[in-house]
Amino acid sequence: MADYQSCLAFLCELLQKYNRKRVMINENTGLVADLGLSSLEVMEVIEQIEDHYDISIPLNILPDVNTVADLAQKIRDLNP
Amino acid sequence: MLLDKFKEMAAFQAELRDRRLKAFGAVTDEIVSATEGVVEGRRVILAGTNNYLGLSADPRCIEASRAAASRWGTGTTGSRLANGSFAEHQALEAELAAFYGVGHAICFSTGYAATMGTCATLAGPGDVILLDADSHSSIYSGVKLSGAEVIRYRHSDTADLAKRLRRLGDRAANTLIVAEGIYSMLGDIAPLAEIAELKREYGAMLLVDEAHSLGVLGERGRGAAEAAGVEDAVDFTVGTFSKSLGGIGGFCVSPHAELEDVRYCIRAYIFTASSTPSVVASTRRALQILRDEPQLRERLWDNARRLYDGLKALGLAVGPTPSPVVAVEFSDREAAMAAWQQLFDNGVYVNLVVPPASPSTNYLLRNSMSAAHSTEQVDRIIDAYRGLIDAGLVTPDAA
Ligand SMILES: Cc1ncc(COP(=O)(O)O)c(C=O)c1O
Repeated sequence: MADYQSCLAFLCELLQKYNRKRVMINENTGLVADLGLSSLEVMEVIEQIEDHYDISIPLNILPDVNTVADLAQKIRDLNP
Repeated sequence: MLLDKFKEMAAFQAELRDRRLKAFGAVTDEIVSATEGVVEGRRVILAGTNNYLGLSADPRCIEASRAAASRWGTGTTGSRLANGSFAEHQALEAELAAFYGVGHAICFSTGYAATMGTCATLAGPGDVILLDADSHSSIYSGVKLSGAEVIRYRHSDTADLAKRLRRLGDRAANTLIVAEGIYSMLGDIAPLAEIAELKREYGAMLLVDEAHSLGVLGERGRGAAEAAGVEDAVDFTVGTFSKSLGGIGGFCVSPHAELEDVRYCIRAYIFTASSTPSVVASTRRALQILRDEPQLRERLWDNARRLYDGLKALGLAVGPTPSPVVAVEFSDREAAMAAWQQLFDNGVYVNLVVPPASPSTNYLLRNSMSAAHSTEQVDRIIDAYRGLIDAGLVTPDAA
């Protein structure tokens, strides 16, 4: 079981790879609004999270995910 | 503002106009044959259709269509559920079921409606859909409407699919796996034998969209599942009449008797007018030809191999194996657009595919072969690609 803080830490680290705009990545960073991820990149990020935590993230949750915090929360909820 | 979100598209359309690039929505002024036409005033070889068997121009299909229009009129003016079920529709459904050797078939007004409608209806809230990441838009639209939990597996990656089935635990039994026979953009074939094995192991159901493989793969032309020898494992086969059958419309066939009840739950079936009988009649004739003339399939594959080998010999970035869809990938946007234009100027019409319609960030020139292409036409297409290399628009990588 991954807690919220460790999910957050993992995400911030993972997203550095996509940090073209060199913004500060924290809970409030917007995946599209701030990092400018394309839809293809969002799916790439999702796949890496899925591999890391051995979970499947349903597409249904994506409309509710805007910030890093939203995503960390979802990962925590999906983790057995 | 409501319409602000279209600004990006407006800018792209303006760019296309400025460049006078007619790659999207080009107007066909005249059809000379299944493989030749006049597009935007220029006579071209049609190498961007899905007319795999060339049946859109078959005189027998045209005559069947003409006769049906005389007999039934131009339209049904209603849905299959109300006043729009004609004897033609019923006959086509019976013929499709017989062709697939299953008990049940439904016809739809388009392939899009068939795929979207069945995906939206078969799984619902509480169920799971596992779909290939590179699925067609009609599949994505359908699963979104379904209310089911939607999970993607990496394109044709059966290890990834297996992992996701394992993660589902007991819920795998309530899961619909969705794959295509031949993928429309790169022409690659799904690993259906492995997918079928996983489906059995986990007790899930399997839907295969054979849109691009009907009439193209399998000894009888039934598609990728037939070619892989796993038709028994396919619970629902969907497909279209708009490609190898040269008409328009779609279908779903299944060995499950419940399909007859599912029929009355598919909105894209209930709340839309049924296919016009002239189209159904040409489709019936085309299906008969597909069944009786396997030599068309052989000719298609001869052409496909010829084009594939030719482009590969030029050193172009084509897929791993020959297929009736041969895509040449470009990482450079400018080069892809200029290449499309040069091919068109040289009398070859292909599809330009831009992200996100392409499966990656790459641009594609998508070529599709027909049984009706002559050897000379295929060679002219290859020559036109050689011209791209000469013009410095592509750099051969294997040379
Ligand atoms: C895989 C796939 N499914 C469904 C469709 C929809 O078929 P149609 O264009 O006949 O509506 C297409 C083609 O556009 C397709 O490529």
